[in-house]
Amino acid sequence: MVSVESPPVERATAPAPRVKLLKTKVSRRTAWILRVASVAVPFALWWAVSGSGVVPDRFLPAPPQVWAAFTDMVASGDLQNDLLASLGRIGAGFGLAVLVSVPLGFLMGTVGWAQPLFEPIIGILRYLPASAFIPLLIIWLGIGETSKIALLVLGVVFFNTLMTADVVRQVPRRLLDVSATLGAGRARVAARVVFPHSLPGILDALRVNAAVAYNLVVVAELIAATSGLGYRITRAQRFLQTDKIFAILIVIGLIGLTIDVTLRLVRARVGRWSV
Amino acid sequence: MSLRFESVSMAYTPGTPVLEDIDLDIAPGEFVTIVGASGSGKSTLLSLVAGLTKPTKGRIALDGRTVGGPGPDRGMAFQSPSLYPWRTVAQNVAFGLETRGFSRQARKERVAWLLDEVGLTEHAGKLPGSLSGGQQQRVSIARALARSPKVLLLDEPFGALDVQTKEDMQLFIRQVWRDLGTTVVMVTHDVEEAVFLGRRVLVLASDPGRVARDLRVEPLGEGLEVKRSAEFLAVRAQVEDLVRREHRAHLAAAHA
Ligand SMILES: Nc1ncnc2c1ncn2[C@@H]1O[C@H](COP(=O)(O)OP(=O)(O)OP(=O)(O)O)[C@@H](O)[C@H]1O
Ligand SMILES: [Mg+2]
Repeated sequence: MVSVESPPVERATAPAPRVKLLKTKVSRRTAWILRVASVAVPFALWWAVSGSGVVPDRFLPAPPQVWAAFTDMVASGDLQNDLLASLGRIGAGFGLAVLVSVPLGFLMGTVGWAQPLFEPIIGILRYLPASAFIPLLIIWLGIGETSKIALLVLGVVFFNTLMTADVVRQVPRRLLDVSATLGAGRARVAARVVFPHSLPGILDALRVNAAVAYNLVVVAELIAATSGLGYRITRAQRFLQTDKIFAILIVIGLIGLTIDVTLRLVRARVGRWSV
Repeated sequence: MSLRFESVSMAYTPGTPVLEDIDLDIAPGEFVTIVGASGSGKSTLLSLVAGLTKPTKGRIALDGRTVGGPGPDRGMAFQSPSLYPWRTVAQNVAFGLETRGFSRQARKERVAWLLDEVGLTEHAGKLPGSLSGGQQQRVSIARALARSPKVLLLDEPFGALDVQTKEDMQLFIRQVWRDLGTTVVMVTHDVEEAVFLGRRVLVLASDPGRVARDLRVEPLGEGLEVKRSAEFLAVRAQVEDLVRREHRAHLAAAHA
């Protein structure tokens, strides 16, 4: 209650502390400085430790050695061949997995019978670690390309199906109702409403699973291959060439980053409306 | 004989009807508003007309033909505009026209005409996310009108808008009704709005939903100032009492 006699409310001189938890703003400049530091600090640390002589060269090569190993591999053409081999496998395996999982997930999210039919079996299969299938795949398909592509498909297809189905189910009921009142039949609702509404989410799922595919291909090549980045690592291990291993790991990281950034850009372009 | 309910009942779960034995005739070109307590089945009634749900008993006929599902002869807009966020304003309005039977040119002309009617011509190329709530609702109404429906169904279309925008929209929807001559059936929880816009106000009773009162409202004037006239306030109070009585009965039934 406010009355005339009430004592004057004391004015706070200092501004009240603002709650800053979820989205504390950082200026663009600071953000860029932090981004550079995020990479530069570990790199500097690596250089410092390797240069100090505390750790033997054989375990931790210095950046210049790694650079030399890198230019050697480029000069001999090995790196390019291995990179192409790995990327070719990802393209085939991941591409195949996408071709299967996106339509299947779309079906599960939209058609009544598809969900109870596929969900249980996929739910079980996705918990089996794909890399545990490598021995079986080698027995079945040999150590050629087929077994590696099959591994990628196994590793990606189940997760991506379920993630796609989840995204598709998120289309608001109201939007479907409205579309029906506008005269759209099932096929048109699927193509013109459900698909565009789900596309950004589907791309998000693809981005997550592209990383899975990328990891898996290297693992597969570590175990049985005659080409590829993973294969090049096992070769280097045999001759204790840690500098080569480092160089390949860095290449793997940078290529992965490129894939991720590309997919992110595509996603941002397609999903402009959903931010 | 335009829109006709013939002893329509609707129960989502068997044994507990939401609407029971509704008989109703709505003539072509009428502006009907429906008020009633929350849960009395107003939205259900509209979705029956839209064909989004099917009555458990009875039938709804539009110009003598039984409603069997959604169709472009009945346009609908909800409280949330539910626009396609990836489509521009013009593309949203065009959605219902993207079937065979509309040439590209015919579609373009129709969309331009509709955007002009709802006053959004200069926003045609924008995405819905960048519009205000009132503008979004105009788009949603224009979209519902695209195929020249015989009936326009509105479920609390202005329920989420601030008072000033809401009043603009009331004048807007009346103008649209005048220009197009379609039948409008509008659900609202705002009695003032119902009496201001409706030439006929239906008050729904709850448990189960029935038409408790069917009031004809003589036009008392054009502008918003009518809302302050004595006659208007009297009608409004009468309807409010009816709604309140139904609400109390509903609460009593719920406690019994
Ligand atoms: N899809 C549904 N499934 C089951 N019950 C439903 C469904 N939709 C509505 N109901 C029930 O039917 C009754 C009437 O709902 P309806 O939405 O038609 O009421 P309303 O008059 O529009 O209410 P409000 O003013 O709150 O919007 C409510 O008891 C509600 O719980
Ligand atoms: Mg409702």
